[in-house]
Amino acid sequence: MKIIMLKPSEATKPVSLWKPWSLLTSGLWVFALILTGFTPAHADGFADEVNRLPTVPMAEMEQTIGRLAHVQNPKVAEMLQAMHDGRLFYVKASGRMVFADTKDDGFKLTDALSGEALGVADRFEIKKIAVTNALRTVLDREIALLELNSTDVRLRMKSVKSVIQNPTPEAMALLAKQREIEKDGGVLEAINVALALADLSGKDKALRGKAIRLLEGNLNQDVRNRLSALQEKTDTGEYVEGDSEIRNLAAVALKKIEYKLELNHLAETLFFGLSLGAVLVLAAIGLAITFGVMGVINMAHGELMMLGAYTTYVVQLMMPNAIDYSLFVAIPAAFVITALVGIGIERGIIRFLYGRPLETLLATFGLSLILQQLVRSIFSPLNRSVSTPTWMSGSLEINSALTLTLNRFYIILFGLLVFWGLLMVLKRTRLGLEVRAVAQNRAMAKAMGIRTDWVDAMTFGLGSGIAGVAGVALSQLTNVGPNLGQAYIVDSFMVVVFGGVGNLWGTLVGGLTLGVADKILEPYAGTVLAKILMLLFIILFIQKRPRGLFPQKGRAAEG
Amino acid sequence: MKPLRNLQTIIALIAFLSLSLLYTANLRAEDTIKVGILHSLSGTMAISETTLKDTMLMLIEEQNKKGGLLGKKLEAVVVDPASNWPLFAEKARELLQKQKVAAIFGCWTSVSRKSVLPVVEELNGLLFYPVQYEGEESSKNVFYTGAAPNQQAIPAVDYLMNDLGVKRWVLAGTDYVYPRTTNKILEAYLKSKGVKEKDILINYTPFGHSDWQSIVADIKKFGSTGKKTAVVSTINGDANVPFYKELGNQGITADKLPVVAFSVGEEELSGIDTKPLVGHLAAWNYFMSVDTKENAEFIKKWHTFIKNPKRVTNDPMEAHYIGFNMWVKAVEKAGTTDTDAVAKALVGMEYPNLTGGLAKMNKAHHLSKPVLIGEIQDDGQFQTVWQTKGLVDGDAWSDYLPESKPIIADWTPPINCGNYNTKTKKCSGQKY
Amino acid sequence: MDIANLLAQDRVGKLFLMVLALMAIAISALNLLVPDSSAMHLSTFTVTVVGKYLTYALLALAVDLVWGYCGILSLGHGAFFALGGYAMGIYMMRQIGDRGVYGNALLPDFMVFLNWKELPWYWQGFDQFWFASLMVVLVPGILACLFGWLAFRSRVTGVYLSIITQALTYALMLAFFRNEMGFGGNNGLTDFKEILGYNLQKDGTRVTIFLLTALLLGLGYIASRFVVESKMGRVVTAIRDAESRTRFIGYKVEHFKLWVFVFSAVLAGIAGALYVPQVGIINPSEFSPLNSLELVIWVAVGGRGTLYGAVLGAILVNYAKTVFTGILPEVWLFALGGLFVSVTLFMPDGLVGMARKLASVRGLGLKLNQRSKL
Repeated sequence: MKIIMLKPSEATKPVSLWKPWSLLTSGLWVFALILTGFTPAHADGFADEVNRLPTVPMAEMEQTIGRLAHVQNPKVAEMLQAMHDGRLFYVKASGRMVFADTKDDGFKLTDALSGEALGVADRFEIKKIAVTNALRTVLDREIALLELNSTDVRLRMKSVKSVIQNPTPEAMALLAKQREIEKDGGVLEAINVALALADLSGKDKALRGKAIRLLEGNLNQDVRNRLSALQEKTDTGEYVEGDSEIRNLAAVALKKIEYKLELNHLAETLFFGLSLGAVLVLAAIGLAITFGVMGVINMAHGELMMLGAYTTYVVQLMMPNAIDYSLFVAIPAAFVITALVGIGIERGIIRFLYGRPLETLLATFGLSLILQQLVRSIFSPLNRSVSTPTWMSGSLEINSALTLTLNRFYIILFGLLVFWGLLMVLKRTRLGLEVRAVAQNRAMAKAMGIRTDWVDAMTFGLGSGIAGVAGVALSQLTNVGPNLGQAYIVDSFMVVVFGGVGNLWGTLVGGLTLGVADKILEPYAGTVLAKILMLLFIILFIQKRPRGLFPQKGRAAEG
Repeated sequence: MKPLRNLQTIIALIAFLSLSLLYTANLRAEDTIKVGILHSLSGTMAISETTLKDTMLMLIEEQNKKGGLLGKKLEAVVVDPASNWPLFAEKARELLQKQKVAAIFGCWTSVSRKSVLPVVEELNGLLFYPVQYEGEESSKNVFYTGAAPNQQAIPAVDYLMNDLGVKRWVLAGTDYVYPRTTNKILEAYLKSKGVKEKDILINYTPFGHSDWQSIVADIKKFGSTGKKTAVVSTINGDANVPFYKELGNQGITADKLPVVAFSVGEEELSGIDTKPLVGHLAAWNYFMSVDTKENAEFIKKWHTFIKNPKRVTNDPMEAHYIGFNMWVKAVEKAGTTDTDAVAKALVGMEYPNLTGGLAKMNKAHHLSKPVLIGEIQDDGQFQTVWQTKGLVDGDAWSDYLPESKPIIADWTPPINCGNYNTKTKKCSGQKY
Repeated sequence: MDIANLLAQDRVGKLFLMVLALMAIAISALNLLVPDSSAMHLSTFTVTVVGKYLTYALLALAVDLVWGYCGILSLGHGAFFALGGYAMGIYMMRQIGDRGVYGNALLPDFMVFLNWKELPWYWQGFDQFWFASLMVVLVPGILACLFGWLAFRSRVTGVYLSIITQALTYALMLAFFRNEMGFGGNNGLTDFKEILGYNLQKDGTRVTIFLLTALLLGLGYIASRFVVESKMGRVVTAIRDAESRTRFIGYKVEHFKLWVFVFSAVLAGIAGALYVPQVGIINPSEFSPLNSLELVIWVAVGGRGTLYGAVLGAILVNYAKTVFTGILPEVWLFALGGLFVSVTLFMPDGLVGMARKLASVRGLGLKLNQRSKL
């Protein structure tokens, strides 16, 4: 199994085993390459072509890019990439071509041709060379060809993958040439797949059969599409592929591929379920403390998560040039802020309501309305934009059919980490000991000299702080807006009740179970029905086990 | 029993007080023309609607600076229906019956409009509805300044089909009437263009859906057959951010699998990290980035009014801008704020679009507008990549649905009906 | 126990009924008899809004019965309200007949739109008013019976019960949001034309529904009073205060709980049925868990465990809501939230409790004065 880290913009194409290849064909490809690859280019028209860009109408842009790509100049790839990324601008006054990178409120300019630094400009002084999706595809293709012999393995890989999708004879010739000198095993595999696909559409039956065997079990979607295309029938009921032998070979290969896909799909569903479960656990675990340990029904729990998410937003505002590290600041900041708010709530409201759990529900519901409106007044009712650090975006490619999104992956890890941390706090620290003591028997704990009111405040602070930390995680997944908390409050209660009030393990198991079950049901029942079924399941489950999955034992259970 | 006697007095007092309070709002002199603003300022829809309230306040302030209307000042009456649909009906009734407003500018969701509709019809008020919607409706008392499906969805699909060569379609939407109708129209339209059933995937999700992993994975799978695939998204509001985030993370980029959205505008984008979205599309009648004199002026005024140079403008704001100015012109033309006279004056009224061309209020109470397709840029703006040749006339009843094909809306004599069947020559579903 | 006797013991209740009757008559008269131009004329808007408050009051009464007297904190009573509302809504949809947008005599517009060819089975019969009225009572009643039977039998209590009632209404909300369910999805049911042949837009019809609401609220109050004062009511209160002890004495606790729960659900259903024609729309957001939470807060504000307190709370909170959304739309959540917090903190027994305390302090003061005179 090969693990490659990929950015979202990069294609995720597969690689397969290299097998010996016909020397003859590759010789032919090399010959073709000599014919096409070495045609003399415009005597360096590079600067002219680049400087012409601002005046080129949209309709002619594609041809212009094609010409530009074939100019023999070492800077072509860089120029095309800049255009693709929307970094290529021109100065309105002078018409000078520049690379522009955002800096604070303006742009830092670099001359596109000479590389000379030109200082900072206002956004009204320069204009972007506009590219559309269609042009971006063209640019991708051209850049890929240019980078086929790049020294960077990742760029070569990307390049081969692009060729698999746009197999032009020119590109194939280059690939064949590259195969002779390619050192990296992964890239070589990819090249072989590309060439096998080319053989498959050829006429030579032996080559085709060989190609199919090579492609057997390959998870690349293009491979699958090509193989299944061989099974298709025309409208008149005849097979598109006349040769039944090839057809059968392809069918066998396809079956293997589909079996593998099925397994991968299962793994994917499990991952989706776990990540949903991790979100549920994160949202519910703070509640498990305040609700489970203290018996306080905190309806403002969702709003505390919202505060955590807004903390992330503010932290990112304060460190705009270090978004990648912002989360490491945001997590402790959110914990401290929401914990303080939590302690404030406990001291200001909840401590007057102990022994009346249902009334804490009412007071905290009022509080949740106030917090929501507060955020709305301070930050406006609009959603705020929270950026995802680069190390959290993109996906982890296990194989061509199974990619795990990095943000979900980290959130699963984070959820487990928070759970573990909390467990340690409760099991290994003095505070934890006191919290458990108060939860088991308040009067006795008091008699033993524990300052129960201090413990209450700390416990509530801890639960709230965890909510804030969960908010940081949520800011990476969903809207950061005043309604963030409402969306999760009902689900959080379900998880805590399902798992068993007062039991952290129950919350963990409950959350993960509900997440996975939901994702398993979803393809059959649809999103809404899956959720309804989960709710009905919880209702019925509670009838069977009125105290949840892991019922609390002892005196505190009477209540 | 003395304590009880005191209690009795208290209760009686409360009863008396509340009864007398019921009257308070009635006692106001009529020296202004009142304009009702019916947009949610709290609850789930506040995100979108608060901006429209501010837009209206700006337009009214501006009109007052110009000397008001018919020699009177305009007075904005702002109420908060709190994203609660029955409350929309109640507040509309309050505006019309108690506040006696001359016109209401408001509503966003289809259900809020449906809830208000019987009230404005009963009390014969005027409602300007500024949001793109599903069509299949035309009321004597409502003026639809947002896009009908043929002014947004159909041109967008044309663009994808002809310019990008899309062969497979994912129609993804939130489960309510606007996406349902739009997708139904699009499905019929696509089939009429020869697209096969197996090349269309329709998916509905609940409001505020936040876990898009499986659906995006399905879309990815659907799009991996080698044919060019596009997603036509009628996903509403809050669900968009997690949707786009998931798309980005699963590596679905615009050049491979473009998403064209009908409910994502500049305002929504301002709450999203747009970097992974660059190149995805939206279809609207207005983009903030459109370079016209009127638009530059409008944006400047907005920034001055809201005291924040970073705030964006969007399509529904333009709709209110046109709607309000048309209403002003119509009142001036009619010389009165009387509903029937103003409604009559409004039909055929013209006012410049911010994106060029003259918007004209047609007989079905819809506007003619240009349709723009834009690609999302990394600064949260749209870059127009395609535009209809001329203006597209809003069509209340879609021609692509069999049951509404023969129906037209025409509020001029002799038809005077919002639901006229050209085959049976009958006017149905109307109560006046 | 006869009703006269019942009320004789309940002086505040008697007063409440009198105020209710007076207000109902005064409001109707001011709307119908006083001409439009007069300053004393009450707009139909006001009549409908007060009517809406009264349906809320009936709902609060239902919640107070289970929470205040039986100790079951239901966070899902909005579901019974909404179900009653839907039953009435379906009846009124059927009354539209061929006056819908697509002119289909049998199917409502949204079904025509979703390409349904025939009426689903659960819409059958609703063209008859008597059938719809029966369903208004039966549907919430049967659901409550089923749910309560399961929950009380397995002794689900306290917060667990509260949370699963919340799950119930949440599940129903999601279900009704689905367009495939055949209840109009997010748009719900609206654009009603008439009820029993009377035009819903006529002032006369509106006032009649308003008067009917007031009447049913009065009857609901008397019935609840009767339940509470009966022997069964005493047992129920005992269950609230000491459930295990009551069980050990030999009472079938779950039967009593179930009975009160079902009765309360029926009351909520009736309130919903009265609500829909007055506001003109019913849609799934009525099932939202937040709505059900708010109900509980009305009762808490008024004073739980006193029936008139619940009524008072519902009316006051909703009146405050109307006022605040009118004059201070941007801060009304602050006000509302602040109200909830301060009521729970400073008035644990709600307004009625506070009034009683004040009254008894004053009463005590009076007594002391009298003594000093002696």
